[in-house]
Amino acid sequence: MSTLSTPAGAPPAQRRAPVRPARVLLHVFLAGTALAWLAPLLWAVFSALRPYGETSAKGYVSWPDTLTLDNFTNAFEQSDMLHYFGNTLLIAVPAVLLTLFLSSMVAFYVSRFDFRLNLALLLVFTAGNLLPQQVIITPLYRMYLLTDLPGITASGKLYDSALGLVLIHVAFQSGFCAFVLSNYMRSLPHELTEAALVDGASAWRLYWQITLPLCKPAMAALATLLSIWIYNDFFWALVLISTGDNMPITSALNNLSGQYFTDPNLVAAGALLTAIPTLIVYFLLQRQFVSGLTLGSAKG
Amino acid sequence: MATDTPMKSPEAAAVPPPRRASGTGRDRQGHQRLLTRRDRITLGLMAGVPTLLHVALVWVTAIASVLLAFTTWDGIGFDSITWVGLQNFTQLFQDNPQFWPAVQHNVVWFVVLILVPTPLGLFLAVQLDKRIRFSRVYQTAFFLPVVISMACIGFVWQLVYNPDTGLINSIIGANEPGHYIDWIGDPDLNLWAVLVAASWRHTGYMMILYLAGLKSVDPSLREASALDGANEWQTFRSVIFPTLRPTNTVVLVVTIIEALRAFDLVFVFNKGAQGTELLSILVTNNIIGESSRIGYGSAIAVVLLVISLIVIIPYLIATFRKERRA
Repeated sequence: MSTLSTPAGAPPAQRRAPVRPARVLLHVFLAGTALAWLAPLLWAVFSALRPYGETSAKGYVSWPDTLTLDNFTNAFEQSDMLHYFGNTLLIAVPAVLLTLFLSSMVAFYVSRFDFRLNLALLLVFTAGNLLPQQVIITPLYRMYLLTDLPGITASGKLYDSALGLVLIHVAFQSGFCAFVLSNYMRSLPHELTEAALVDGASAWRLYWQITLPLCKPAMAALATLLSIWIYNDFFWALVLISTGDNMPITSALNNLSGQYFTDPNLVAAGALLTAIPTLIVYFLLQRQFVSGLTLGSAKG
Repeated sequence: MATDTPMKSPEAAAVPPPRRASGTGRDRQGHQRLLTRRDRITLGLMAGVPTLLHVALVWVTAIASVLLAFTTWDGIGFDSITWVGLQNFTQLFQDNPQFWPAVQHNVVWFVVLILVPTPLGLFLAVQLDKRIRFSRVYQTAFFLPVVISMACIGFVWQLVYNPDTGLINSIIGANEPGHYIDWIGDPDLNLWAVLVAASWRHTGYMMILYLAGLKSVDPSLREASALDGANEWQTFRSVIFPTLRPTNTVVLVVTIIEALRAFDLVFVFNKGAQGTELLSILVTNNIIGESSRIGYGSAIAVVLLVISLIVIIPYLIATFRKERRA
């Protein structure tokens, strides 16, 4: 029976090779799981799109009569969200640039010059980056309170200032970046800098004009990653900033939700609004983000 | 993990392998010999300034945590620091009703993350590695929670769990008085509720790490295994999984660190109320709370530090040893 049917059945089956039951099942499974994964976010979007009056009358799980963006505009305007986005920008941009600048210098030094210390140095940086933030927060908080900077920051201290947040972000993140960049730089041929050095180039030129331009892909990946991490930071600002007005957006969300977002629909809209910048960066620079994450996955 | 970076420099490929040696001893000494005095100063600053900043803000404070844990201090003048020995620790271990639950919750946090989302992330990675269509779309969906801030995730899941208006209670009809299920407030439930949210995020993270690991598995291994007649599960168990060892190490370390760092989500969810206490929450509440006790807070931080170092130090030693050999 089988010997008879095979010659007739096999050729068309081969031509239609893509349709395999296992594959179809896999797609059904993956699509279902992906949808389930998005469900909490979709639920937030759905709640945010409905007027509060309607949901309180009909319940949250009900067919929507009206879908509007009013909650988004209200959440954005009532809480003056733009101001907090501005705060974030003021912290994140210098922090990302400074982290990349400082950590690339350390990486350059560690990967190109064998002064006894280099392994220890890298070890210190990497280990520091893996510590939970709460390990250092109590003394850090006191240090920030005791550091007087009259005239430099609005608060007159490191505490409650954008400068203080930039510094701790830079100090904390530079460990991870130095580690990743030094690995990257070590994969660059040594002859390159060696030759330039023989030609009389200074150490600074070696770094700035020869090594850095070759590190662009790694720097791009790290920049993407750092932007999202610093944007998403909640803890540093929660403890090191006391004036609500000085908070970056992610930490401000906590205060705003009590003050302005008086119903769940507004909370949903407000929370989603804070996610939008990260989502834009992620969708535009997905490859950089993922490669950065896997390239130094020693990061928590 | 750090050594087998997926990003290869174009130069590395251009140079013949034997000479690519990343700086033999002689090379580096050659570098050093050619340096002028000014170069040495420049290099000193280049390495020194970032190190100073990092050490001052991260390591000095970590050590200060350790020292302060044995003192009491009002935080005003340095002369008010008094040595009290182990008093903070005995108080913490014996009298603080939140301490042992917090330790326990941190442990539960780790156990759940390593048992549920980690294998799930691996499973998804294996499926998505099969060169199927729409792989990118699926990946994006699973990875989305990793990109969003933990704080935002906390708010999103509050909407799911809210006893009155939340998705779950609305669907199962538990939002009527008398049938309430308080996912956020009930100390028997809230840790599990928040762990669902944490797992939701962790799965995507693990999936990405494993996908990167799977990409570096030699395809000929798989072919050889198929030729030997192994089925999919046998191939995975005896061929693929053993080669994922470096990834597994990273995954383990990342998961432990995540469990120790867990904070934002819980803080937004219910401020670490009864049922969801964590060490990180206790430290923070001690600072921003009403009665800040510096020495006491530091003692909690030291517990966190010791646990972290038990994990971090062996991991780094292994990583760097491998690197020196490479």
